[in-house]
Amino acid sequence: MDNNAFLTSWGLSLMVFLPLAGALLVMLLPKAEEQMIKVAALGASLASAAVGVAVLADFDYDSAETLQFVVDKTWIEVIRSNYLVGIDGLSVPLIALTLLITPLVIVYSWNHFPEPHNPKAFLTLMLVLHTGMLGSFVAQDLILFFVFFEIVLLPMYFMIGVWGGEQRQYAAIKFFLYTLFGSALMIVSFLAVFFVAGGESFSMVALAEGVADRNAAGDLAMITQVLIFGGMFMGFGIKVPMFPFHTWLPDAHTQAPTQGSVILAAVLLKLGTYGFIRVALFILPEAAVKWAPYIGGLAVIGIIYGALGCLAQTDMKRLIAFSSVAHMGFVMLGISTLTTFGLNAAVFGMVAHGLITGMLFFVAGSVKERFHTLEIKRLGGLLLQAPKMGWILGFCIMASLGLPGLAGFWGEFPAILSAYEPGAGLSEELFRTYMVIAAIGTVLAAGYLLWLFQRTAFGTPSEEFADADIDDVHVTEWIRGSRCSSSSSCSACSRT
Amino acid sequence: MLASLLQSAASTFDSPVIDFHALAPELVLIGAIVVVLLVDLFTPEGSRGIVPQVAGIGILASLVPVLTLALDGADRTMFGGAYVVDNFALVLKAMFLLTAYVVVLLSTNYIAEGDYAEGEYYFLLLCSLLGMTVMASSRDLITMFVALELLSIPAYMLAGWRKRDLHGNEAGVKYYLMGVFASAVMLYGMSLLFGLSGSTLLADIGTAVARGDGFGDTTPFITLGVVLVVVGFAFKVSAVPFHTWAPDTYEGAPTPVTAFLAVSAKAAGFVALLQLIMLAFIGRDDVVGPLMWVLAALTMTVGNLIALRQTNIIRMLAYSGVAQAGFMLAPLAVVGTNAEGAMRAVVTYLLIYAAMNLGAFAVVLAVARKTRSAEIDTWGGLFEYAPGLTVLMTVFLFSLAGIPPLGGWLAKFVVFQALLSPDLTAGGVALAVVVGVNSVIALYYYANIARQMWMNPVPDGDRTPVRIPFSLAAALALSVVVTVVFGVSNLATRFGDLATLLPA
Repeated sequence: MDNNAFLTSWGLSLMVFLPLAGALLVMLLPKAEEQMIKVAALGASLASAAVGVAVLADFDYDSAETLQFVVDKTWIEVIRSNYLVGIDGLSVPLIALTLLITPLVIVYSWNHFPEPHNPKAFLTLMLVLHTGMLGSFVAQDLILFFVFFEIVLLPMYFMIGVWGGEQRQYAAIKFFLYTLFGSALMIVSFLAVFFVAGGESFSMVALAEGVADRNAAGDLAMITQVLIFGGMFMGFGIKVPMFPFHTWLPDAHTQAPTQGSVILAAVLLKLGTYGFIRVALFILPEAAVKWAPYIGGLAVIGIIYGALGCLAQTDMKRLIAFSSVAHMGFVMLGISTLTTFGLNAAVFGMVAHGLITGMLFFVAGSVKERFHTLEIKRLGGLLLQAPKMGWILGFCIMASLGLPGLAGFWGEFPAILSAYEPGAGLSEELFRTYMVIAAIGTVLAAGYLLWLFQRTAFGTPSEEFADADIDDVHVTEWIRGSRCSSSSSCSACSRT
Repeated sequence: MLASLLQSAASTFDSPVIDFHALAPELVLIGAIVVVLLVDLFTPEGSRGIVPQVAGIGILASLVPVLTLALDGADRTMFGGAYVVDNFALVLKAMFLLTAYVVVLLSTNYIAEGDYAEGEYYFLLLCSLLGMTVMASSRDLITMFVALELLSIPAYMLAGWRKRDLHGNEAGVKYYLMGVFASAVMLYGMSLLFGLSGSTLLADIGTAVARGDGFGDTTPFITLGVVLVVVGFAFKVSAVPFHTWAPDTYEGAPTPVTAFLAVSAKAAGFVALLQLIMLAFIGRDDVVGPLMWVLAALTMTVGNLIALRQTNIIRMLAYSGVAQAGFMLAPLAVVGTNAEGAMRAVVTYLLIYAAMNLGAFAVVLAVARKTRSAEIDTWGGLFEYAPGLTVLMTVFLFSLAGIPPLGGWLAKFVVFQALLSPDLTAGGVALAVVVGVNSVIALYYYANIARQMWMNPVPDGDRTPVRIPFSLAAALALSVVVTVVFGVSNLATRFGDLATLLPA
């Protein structure tokens, strides 16, 4: 009982800030003590994960739609922002995903620090990033959410810019500028919604109630809501990324070091979709109805465009990056139906995409490690040279194209299905059209993924490489693999 | 005849009641100024390292009465309302004193190691600081003008302190000419306001301006007076199109003086603007609002766009300072609908800006000790040989860019908040979008420095570590702590909320 009280009041904060404490510790350790630095970083991320698991175990899954572990403390009272954290069924799977991915990334880094090495700086950034991601998923106050949402920018910028590939500086600044542009409009929207809802509190629940009250009274112009939603749409849409704002993504993913790509794909993109559900849809449901057809439209454009983009790629990592555009299109399609079923599909899609694409990037990183190239033309015969890795790649590809039984299927199929019957106020014809287009997208996905597998794994190797270093990578990848396949149908819950 | 005249004059003269406690910060500062001069006079050439210590201690000593006054809490009014010590004055006095203290820390090694006159430097710095502390209390045109000249004239000389350098001379002359030109414009505006209201007290001018009375239809003259005074201070805060002196002056002046001009002198200009607008011109927000809207939008956009092209870090910081001034002017555009929010936003922004900008200049000084250059190219690979400085500079730059959780985001946030509340007005929302877009533009050049430091190779291959003297380290520590604490706590907004000029 005592233990529970402690968890309830401190659990989330500990989980969020332990990595930050770890980052400070790592900063204080001397640069030469690499082993100690790695252990400290892994320890911090595992400690955070342990607290997180305890919290998630204590979470009451029967009332997943209510906020639990709520802590509400005065923070910056002049602007009426509170330190308000809490989790519900929407946050839980994403927190679990984040808690899983970061320690894995640190383990992966153990012997694979990209140039220019420097584990101290790299792991410090990684831990700061971890705090930012976890914080975004627990914050229930709009300003607190914004702060955490932005904290992830800096570490990612440096991770891409310092440890990335050849075009790293271009990719890093592009990523930063795009995201910040979205954020700038988003914060204006946040403030606007704050004043519209009465200017009392930045708590998301209070804001939603304030907007609902004004809608009930009928004294809030629809155009205002639609514009405010538009600002949030820019912020989250760039992060997801949705079709016209996606161009930062292939560059950032391709140039980032493997660890950065994994985190970007697995968690950072989810911040965008999570924000859509948590903030935009939740606070402005009526404006969401107006926007949904356009979001759905952009989502299916993203699905097809991403798939076509994949077919044209010659670089394995860039191909996976484009496939993210397509997969996030499915997630956004699910969201745009505004139904519980669609949102559940979206949440599942997020987790599935996080696991699968994360794993694909790991494999791509391992391939790069061995062959020093990701040029698809130069690869081939992976199954002959490194059969285990080849089959892992095959497994990921099957999961990614949505083979039933693996997680990808549960992300894509319900999203398509949900478009058959969109929420109230949305045109059935339109969404059924979207459904058909999305279904074509899955065919294309199978096409480009199998083609990728065929070109890299089958055939005879074009280069001579015997690799001894294969097993220690496997440890992490097996964990990921088993995790991925087992997550078949534990239903992700979400509210609304 | 004369005797009777004198007698009658004497009989009508009421000796003002002087509240020495209220004047104590300035009196201590005057004491410090005298001591600095004497110490300089009686110590032999070459052993004047004690002068900056004396100046620093003097500044900290005058912080003590500011604190006792703050604890006392009562507003003190003197000289018929011309000199007021209230929360606004105290918060800003504390800010001026602390920033000047950091500037002294920055100057210690720079001035001692260069070929400069040392004693006079600190004497002038303290004189200028005295003008600033008086400015925070001045609620009268005359007091304000005296304070302005007291803070400006030493600054003109400090700007030209590198007297054997052509750029230094240019800096001093340009700053001086632009400064006196601005003063003249402002004086003309003040004379109009005095002529129309019959008083130099800001409060009296406020009622007269709001009423629009005088002889006949005087509204156009009031408008003219308001505009001229605002334009005069627009020079001081380097608002576009009155900013042209800033980059040349900043580049030519000794770097600690640049920091002083970019932070303290600019803040003094904003303090004067706030007092004028909130107390005297608030009745004419139909003039002030649109004027500020245009000035703010122009200032941040032009400042940012030119900053993008700079190759010298001091010039870049100068233009970024211009852009930051635009962000600070923005809330004043909605002074008609949200005076309280505008007030709070400007003060909060000033406090945060002081910390982060001083920090950035401190790093520039530290790095220049090794590279002997302010060209951005020479910053390549700083992370390899000075990781600590690199992290600090990164903190300051991204704080200036407004990335949470560093102080700058809160500054931008209160600006957005002021622009959008309490109701969404078209002008406010439009300016908020301009601010948002400009924040993104600004990120590019701040991130460019970060890129140089973290991602580029060392240009000359010289990886000897940078030696940071103690005073510089202290200045850096002070700035970074304040920058981060302001970002994650409610301190800055609390001060911003306290320091209001508006009647409660």
